[in-house]
Amino acid sequence: MFTAKINISLRKTILDPQGKAVEHSLKSLGFGSIVDTRIGKYIELKINAETKQEAEKISEEACRKLLANPVMEDYSFEVFKNGDII
Amino acid sequence: MSLARAGVIVFPGSNCDHDVYNVLKNVMGADTKFLWHKEGSIGDRNLIILPGGFSYGDYLRCGAIAKFSPIMSDVIKFAKAGGVVIGICNGFQVLCETGLLPGVLLRNEDLKFVCRTVTLKVENNKSIFTGEYKIKEEIGIPVAHGEGNYYCDENTLTDLISNNQILFRYTDNPNGSIDNIAGIQNLQRNVFGMMPHPERVSDRILGSTDGQRFFKSVVESFS
Repeated sequence: MFTAKINISLRKTILDPQGKAVEHSLKSLGFGSIVDTRIGKYIELKINAETKQEAEKISEEACRKLLANPVMEDYSFEVFKNGDII
Repeated sequence: MSLARAGVIVFPGSNCDHDVYNVLKNVMGADTKFLWHKEGSIGDRNLIILPGGFSYGDYLRCGAIAKFSPIMSDVIKFAKAGGVVIGICNGFQVLCETGLLPGVLLRNEDLKFVCRTVTLKVENNKSIFTGEYKIKEEIGIPVAHGEGNYYCDENTLTDLISNNQILFRYTDNPNGSIDNIAGIQNLQRNVFGMMPHPERVSDRILGSTDGQRFFKSVVESFS
């Protein structure tokens, strides 16, 4: 059994108004050093696969087919063998 | 008598399906049926409407899950063969997710759900969707969405403009959509999507009939 930890973010060229609103709030709290805020999604999948390579292939396909829309989003993931995760 | 046989797809979470059904059936007098999303085929229908609402609760992304409903593979096949498919609001989002229309609908620029009547300008009336309007005519159609901010890359936008695919633009953009786009058709001119709701202003009892000619254009294109 493997676990895929998937991050989906708006593409850099797309304005993220939610991120901007949060950034303004952070700045008003005194976090002057924060210069950019982007908000995305985190998805975790438990995958029944023989090898890490196979689990990665499945994760890639899931992202491409459903989890991310390439017109507006980028995705990245890491796959861990269960038991390796603390 | 129109030869249109309309099918209104009902997804879990659709909520404008009855409004569209009422306009097509009772105002236009067209043969109209609901099609439950679990059906495997559109049957004898030759005009498909994907109505507004919140299919699958807008989970993941608007329209992303509806795209894989059983009936959608037949809708996509039908559209690719030249069949007429219309998406309104959530239906527009579904059509973008399926790739039948280019681009995507992002969160409104100001993050607010916008629910009011907006003015649209008819940019192209040489389509089966807008034939009853005058070119540059301004009409009042309600919007009700949180994610109606149409976006596409620059090359796609250039194509949309040069191929006259933009049928409606907002005169006062309510959501930040690129180039004030409110509704577009595909290159083959048989698939159309728009964020505003013409079905909400298609019956005199509702106070306006500005949307009625949209349905009239489509239904009469079948005669």
